[in-house]
Amino acid sequence: MDFALSKEHELLQKLYREFAENEVKPLAQEIDEEERFPRETVEKLAKYGLLGIAYPVEYGGQGADYLAYIMCCEEMGKVCATTATIIGAHSTLCVYPIFTFGTEEQKQKYLPDLLSGRKLGAFALTEPGAGSDSSMQQTKAVKEGDHYILNGTKCFITNAGEADVYVVSTMTDKSKGNHGITTFIIDKDTPGFSFGKHEKKMGIRGSATADLIFENAIVPAENVIGTEGQGFKIMMKTLDAGRISMGALALGIGEGAFDITVKYVKERKQFGKHIAAFQNTKFELADIKTKLDAAQLICYKAACEKDAGRPYGLYAAECKYLCAATASDVTRRCLQLFGGYGYMREYDIERMMRDAKITEIYEGTSEVQKIVMSNHLNIR
Amino acid sequence: MKIVVCVKQVPDTTEVKLDPKTNTLIRDGVPSIINPDDKAGIEAALELKEKLNDGSTVTIVSMGPPQADVALREALAMGADEAYLLSDRKFGGSDTYATSTIVAAGVKKIGFDIVITGRQAIDGDTAQVGPQIAEHLGVPQVSYAEDINVEGNKVIVKRKYEDREHILELPIPCLITALSELATPRYMSVKGVMDAYRAKEVKVLTFEDLKDMFNPDYIGLKGSPTNVFKSFPKQAKGKGEFYPDLSADEAVNTIVTKLEEKHII
Amino acid sequence: MSKDVFVFVEQRDGAIAKVGIELIGEATRLAAKLNEKVVAVLLGSGIKNKANMCIEYGADKVVVVDAPELAEYLTDPYARAIETVIKKYDPEIFIYGATSIGRDLAPRVSARIHTGLTADCTGLDIQPDPKAEDPSKAQLLLYMTRPAFGGNLMATIICRDYRPQMATVRPGVMQALDKDTSRKGEIEEVKVEFKPEDSRVKIRQILKEEKKSADITEAKVLVSGGRGIGGPQGFGILKDCAKVLGGEISSSRACVDAGWIEKDRQVGQTGKTVRPDLYMACGISGAIQHLAGMEQSNYIVAINKNDTAPIFDVADLGIVGDLKVIVPKLTEAIKKVKASKEVKKD
Repeated sequence: MDFALSKEHELLQKLYREFAENEVKPLAQEIDEEERFPRETVEKLAKYGLLGIAYPVEYGGQGADYLAYIMCCEEMGKVCATTATIIGAHSTLCVYPIFTFGTEEQKQKYLPDLLSGRKLGAFALTEPGAGSDSSMQQTKAVKEGDHYILNGTKCFITNAGEADVYVVSTMTDKSKGNHGITTFIIDKDTPGFSFGKHEKKMGIRGSATADLIFENAIVPAENVIGTEGQGFKIMMKTLDAGRISMGALALGIGEGAFDITVKYVKERKQFGKHIAAFQNTKFELADIKTKLDAAQLICYKAACEKDAGRPYGLYAAECKYLCAATASDVTRRCLQLFGGYGYMREYDIERMMRDAKITEIYEGTSEVQKIVMSNHLNIR
Repeated sequence: MKIVVCVKQVPDTTEVKLDPKTNTLIRDGVPSIINPDDKAGIEAALELKEKLNDGSTVTIVSMGPPQADVALREALAMGADEAYLLSDRKFGGSDTYATSTIVAAGVKKIGFDIVITGRQAIDGDTAQVGPQIAEHLGVPQVSYAEDINVEGNKVIVKRKYEDREHILELPIPCLITALSELATPRYMSVKGVMDAYRAKEVKVLTFEDLKDMFNPDYIGLKGSPTNVFKSFPKQAKGKGEFYPDLSADEAVNTIVTKLEEKHII
Repeated sequence: MSKDVFVFVEQRDGAIAKVGIELIGEATRLAAKLNEKVVAVLLGSGIKNKANMCIEYGADKVVVVDAPELAEYLTDPYARAIETVIKKYDPEIFIYGATSIGRDLAPRVSARIHTGLTADCTGLDIQPDPKAEDPSKAQLLLYMTRPAFGGNLMATIICRDYRPQMATVRPGVMQALDKDTSRKGEIEEVKVEFKPEDSRVKIRQILKEEKKSADITEAKVLVSGGRGIGGPQGFGILKDCAKVLGGEISSSRACVDAGWIEKDRQVGQTGKTVRPDLYMACGISGAIQHLAGMEQSNYIVAINKNDTAPIFDVADLGIVGDLKVIVPKLTEAIKKVKASKEVKKD
C-alpha cells in the first residue's frame, strides 16, 4: 500500500493551490460579505479546465481521475467554501448524471459546454416538503406528445439562477413512490421555468441559493435522463459520487482553518509569549491535525475506490459524514484559539466556521449518511 | 519559429528564514519553484506562439539535477511543446560562465530562433547567464525586456532602464532576457498536467550528448573562473536603537545618518 | 602582466552616473593595496570633455572611447569597446556599476574574453590568495562579497586564474572621493574598430517617462502611516517623504478603516506582507496584527508620540516625537543630502 500521491496529482495540487491562493482567496471575504455570486471566478475556473476535471477529453473534459477532481474541491475549500460548492454542484451533481446515464445525443449536446465551463450546471431534488425523503416530492411531470409539462417548486437549489443547465428530479408516477421519479435536463430559458428569491444563508453566502419554480414548464421528451421511473437510481448514484467531493470540500475548510490558525498562534502574544507556546494550543492543534489527516485518508480512499471501479458507496458516505463533522469541530476550536479576534468578521476563521456547518446538512445530512452506511452494512 | 526558453528551478527564497538562534538558513520545507522571471519568459513565449499562430513552437531548457524534472513538467503543463533537462554530475558546481557554456551548448544542439531567459534567478540574483549565453551563441541580446513582438523577420523589444525605455529592433536569431513584468504567467491547466506526464516527455541531455559542443575544461566546478571563497549568513539584527527624548532636529539628523549608513540614501 | 584597476564610468545623455564616481573612489582604495593605478573608462559620443571629471574624483588615467556608435547604450558596440580596451591594457581588475547597463554589459564581456564575473557586489577587498603556501609571496586577489539567496546569505567570491577580475557593484554602496580640481592625470583616447555584427540591434525609439505608482509589496522603501497621522491629509507629508526616498506610502488598518487611504496599501495580517529595505512607521502603534505584515523589513524606523508603543519593539531605530514636525523636516534633510551627493553636470 502506497499513500504517496502520483507526480501528476502532486503537480495538479500545485496548480490548485496557486489558483486558490491568487484567484479565489482574495475574493472569499468580499463575496461572503456582499452575498455575491463570484461570476468572475467561474470564468477563470473554466479557463483552466477546473469545471471538467474528471471527464474524458472527447467531451471537452480534462481527462483526469476522480481523485484529481476531489483534490480540487479540497484546495478550493481551504480558501473559499462558496467556490468549492459551485464546483461541486456543477461537476458532480449536474454533469455526472448526464455523463453516466445520458444518451449520446444528450452528451454531445450538453457536455462540451458544461465541461469547458461555457455553461454552468445545477441539480434539483429538494422540495419544501421533501428533504431527505425523496419519495415525497411533489413536482409533477406529465407527458403530452413529444414533451412533458412540469409543475412544482424545488427549494435550496445551489447555483439557481446562475446556472444554464439544471438536472431536475420530478414525479411522473406518484403511486410508485421512489420508482415513479424521473430526471430531466432543463435549460434555463425553458418557458414556464423561473426562480424564487435569493435565500439569505448563514454560510457559503456567495453561493446562489433559490427556488426553482415550474409553472406549466414545457420540456422536450428527449431531455429525460435514462428512462421514466429511473430517476431514483440516477439520483442515488449521483449523490454517492457527490458525497466524496462534498467531503473533500468540508475537509478543505477544516484544513484551511488549521493553516491560518497555526500561522496566527505564532504571531499572537499573551502573557509575554506566543500563544503557540501554551500547552492548550499545542494539544488542540495536534488533535485537530490528527482528525484532519484521518478524514483525508477516508476521503482519498473513497475517491481511489471509485477510480479503481470498485464499490465505494460506503466509503463515500463515511467520507461525507466524517469530513463534515471534522470541519464543524475544528473550525469551532480554531476560532476559540483566535479568541475575540476570531469572532470579528475581519478574520477568515468565523466565515470558515459558518461555512463548515452547511457541510453537515446539504447533499444528505450527517444523519442520512449514517442511514446510508447502515444500509451498506446490512444493519436493518 | 522555434522559441527556446531557459528556466531554472530555484528555492522560493521568500520562504527562506534565518534561524535566530544558530544564524543559519532554514531550508527545510522551502518549496522549489520555477524562477519567477523565467516563468514570465515562458508566458511571453507562449503568447508569442499563440499570436504568430504559424506552427511556432516553445521549447524549454533547464540545467539542473534530476529533480528539476518537475519544473519542466510544469512548463509543459502551461503549454510548452517540448522540454530538455541538461543534467550530469560533471555540470555540478558551475558558476555563471560555466553554466552559460553548458546551456548555450544545449540550446545550439536543440536549435533556436529566439532564446528567452529570465533576467535573473532569485537564489543567485546575478543576471549574468542570459547575456553570457548570447555571447556563446554569437547572437545579439536585449536584457530587461518588458514587451516582445515579432514583425516579419524582426523582433521588437521594449527594454527597461532605470530612467528610460528603448524600443529596439533585433534580427532573428537573438536572445532576450525577461523581466517578470513582461508577462503574467498563466496557470497550468488540468489537461496540461495530464499531457505533461502522458503525452509529452522531458528529454535529458548529458555530458556525453553535449561534449562536442563545448570545451570540457570550461564546465563544472573546475571550469568555473570564479569560486566561492566563503559564505556566511547576513549579520543577525541586533537590538534596535531607541531615542525617547530627542528634539525634532536631532531626530532628523539621527535618521538621516542611519539611512546613509544603510545606503538607503 | 595584468595591472591596474579599471572602472567603467557610465554616462547617460552625456551626464556621468553617480555610481561611476563611487566606483572610482573604491578603485583608489583597491589600487592603493595593489600599489597600482586607477583607470576610468569612459564611453560615449562627444564625451571627451567629461574625462577630467573622472580625474578630479580620483582616477589616475582616463581611457576615452568617443564614437557616435556609443551615444546611447547598446550591448554590442559597448561590449566591443570594452573588449578593445581590455585587450590593449590587460587590466588586473575591472569593475562596473550594477545598473541595468552594467549588468547587461559586464556578463557579455566576461563571456567574450573568458573571465569570471561577480554580480551586484556590496563589498570589495584585496587579500592574498588563500591557497598560497607562503602568504608573503601569494598573489593578491580581489575578494568580492555579495548578497545571495534573497539577501539571506552573503558570499565572498574570488577569481584566481583569469584576468581581469570583474565585478558589478551595487550603486550607493561605495564611497566617492571628494572632488579635487587640482588633481592631475592622463587622458588617452582609444579607437575602436566596430564590426558589422555590432550594429545588429537598432534603436527605434527612446521613451523617458515618469514611473507609475507601484505595488507596495515591491517597493524598496515604504513610508507608512497609522492613526497617529491624524487624517487623510497626513498622507500628504508621508507621500513627500516617500517621493524623495523613491518609495511608496502604505498604511496600518486604522487608516484604511477610516477611509483615509485605499485598502490595497494596508500592511498587516489582513492586508499585505511587505519586506522593503526601509519601512518607516509613522504614527503606527504597532499592534501585532500590523507587525506580522512588516517585521521582515530590512530596516525599520518608527516615529511615535507614545514611548511605550509596541512598534518600538521591532524598530531598528525608534524615535519618540511628533511625526508632523519630524517628517517634513526629514524630507527636506534627505533632499539636501541627495543634492550634495549628486554629481554636478559640469
